[in-house]
Amino acid sequence: MLQRECRRGGIALQRYILSKKNHITLISAILLIIAFTSKLGFGNIDIFIWSLAIASLLGVAPIAIQAYQALKVKVVSIDVLVTIAVVGAFLIRNFEESAIVTFLFLFGAYLELRTLNKTRSAIKELTELAPESALKQMGNGEFEEVEVEEVDIGDILLVKTGAKVPVDGTVLSGEGHINEASITGEAVPVGKKKDSQVYAGTILENGTIQIVADRIGEDTTFGKIIELVEEAQDSKSEAERFIDKFSKYYTPAVLVLAIIVWIFSRDIELAITILVLGCPGALVIGVPVSNVAGIGNGARHGVLLKGSEVIGDFSKVDTVVFDKTGTLTIGNPKVADKEIYAENVNEVLGYLASVEKESDHPLAKAVIEHIGDTKLYTVESTDVVKGGGIVAQVDGHRVAVGNVLLMEQENVHLDDKARADIARFEANGNSLVLTAVDGKLKALMGIRDQIRPGVKADLQKLKKLGVKNLVVLSGDNQGTVDLVAQELGLTEAHGHMLPEDKSAYIGELQAKGQIVAFVGDGVNDSPSLALAQIGIAMGSGTDVAIETSDVVLMNSDFSRLPHALGLTKATANNMLQNIVIAVGVVIVLLFSVFFSEWMNMSIGMLVHEASILVVILNGMRLLRYKLR
Amino acid sequence: MQKATIQLETLTCPSCIQKIENAVKSLEGVDKESLSVLFNSSKAKFNFDDEKISIKDVENAITALGYEVKKSQVKAL
Repeated sequence: MLQRECRRGGIALQRYILSKKNHITLISAILLIIAFTSKLGFGNIDIFIWSLAIASLLGVAPIAIQAYQALKVKVVSIDVLVTIAVVGAFLIRNFEESAIVTFLFLFGAYLELRTLNKTRSAIKELTELAPESALKQMGNGEFEEVEVEEVDIGDILLVKTGAKVPVDGTVLSGEGHINEASITGEAVPVGKKKDSQVYAGTILENGTIQIVADRIGEDTTFGKIIELVEEAQDSKSEAERFIDKFSKYYTPAVLVLAIIVWIFSRDIELAITILVLGCPGALVIGVPVSNVAGIGNGARHGVLLKGSEVIGDFSKVDTVVFDKTGTLTIGNPKVADKEIYAENVNEVLGYLASVEKESDHPLAKAVIEHIGDTKLYTVESTDVVKGGGIVAQVDGHRVAVGNVLLMEQENVHLDDKARADIARFEANGNSLVLTAVDGKLKALMGIRDQIRPGVKADLQKLKKLGVKNLVVLSGDNQGTVDLVAQELGLTEAHGHMLPEDKSAYIGELQAKGQIVAFVGDGVNDSPSLALAQIGIAMGSGTDVAIETSDVVLMNSDFSRLPHALGLTKATANNMLQNIVIAVGVVIVLLFSVFFSEWMNMSIGMLVHEASILVVILNGMRLLRYKLR
Repeated sequence: MQKATIQLETLTCPSCIQKIENAVKSLEGVDKESLSVLFNSSKAKFNFDDEKISIKDVENAITALGYEVKKSQVKAL
């Protein structure tokens, strides 16, 4: 009984000391200042020695507790090495060394915590966006605030202005505008009304809505994004796993080395100096720090990277393969070229719009969108000509809208200029819509899928970043694909390709030794996404995209691709720098302890702690990375 | 079997990971293979047999090492 009481008391004391670590660090600092002022200022050696001895005993307490706890679970941690070193220094009455070493170790740990929090901040900001509570309709019809974990599928929830949508759901009633930046990266609010989909983690900026819960917790789009990023920040590459294994044996090895040195040289000073110098801190921490900062930067800029393996592979990519529709192009056909052969332009466009309103053909939609607001006429007796277009009576005129074939059927005369325009439009990769009024050609429109704005500049940036081959693979006809390739300066273009042809072609490229990234919409192209070393999905945060790919570009924003590539290159470089710094510092320290006069425990600890801070600060640079 | 995720105080030293790993692994009823202690997100994830050990026991083992447990979640597998 008494023994148990004591043990409990002991644990409480241990925890009390650990919780006061920052205070202890501060008191140590003050004692060090007192010690050195009294020695250098007043020549008082007594105060000097007493202050240092107290600082040593106070400072070593939390370190020794940590060392004891580590040994209890059979781990030889850095704390063990430092504790032995400090106790050794104390016993040979080198209080100056013992006090400075404990202070530096504690102060270093404090700075590490502060700076590490900073490198992790980008991801933390993201996870903190997760909704925590919801207003749920209870049995009596009233809404009550509950924790988000208590919401089940099918529950009816109330979302008020300024609140976060707690789950993925469908609007039952009410209207409002929602900021979906947390899902899509797009900050412009989206209007929502009955039957609209709403997503967890988005914010209702105005209005009030009631929703029914469709997906909850980790199954929501936002839940999946968070899970992905959280796992990514701690995912380990082959190199990291090696470092981890290595450090497990490295620390005990340093202890053994120190003991051997002590046995042979009988020099305690040298042995304990080795203990301090051998601490592996910067090596173990360097790579994870780069990783978390790099992935955090991506998450802030709408690029989700699935871990450090992905970073390593992506940074080496030399071939990028694109799907065409919806990736390089918008996937939404628009009127690109037009010629009007009439004086009364508005009247002709009015007739055309009136007729096209009757059709649900995709080309008709593009035409209506292009014309915009115009005077509409009553359309009588429309006649759909299969494979040709529409012939209708409008405002007392016979209006024919369709392709060249329809014009020939309608005996519309096409003069030399019209024929030249048609040839030119077709060469530009257009589908044609001709309009004839009472047998005379009045308008010619060329409609094609538009290249995404800015894509050309983005592709140039990829080339600058060292990508050699830019390939487009598409199901469209070769002519259209060639045009896109020409316009964008791609190196290869292949049309008439089915999804399986695309993945087979990627296999061929890989057989030639190229490292391939595939950029697709994530829906039709999952085999290619899976096969390529790096699958990049242009998903507006869709499930399939998140699951099948290695990199997700949020909100289908192509301009984030160069940023993603540049970022992975910078991150891979940063990891390498950190490994070099860490290994370099340990080699220099161990070398100088045997071959130089100036090396001692305090300088060793200072360099050791400084090297840890240097790798953390170096990693932190990635948070501010921007592609120039 | 139950799946647990324990949110710890911010972890800063890599040897913390090793300590927590060893401590939790040594507990009877915890599936050793499933255990992962995550440095950056400061979390411990593992599966355990709730007939042999409770989540409280695991939490206590971690607090005894001097690390604060912030929140734990248990889900049936």
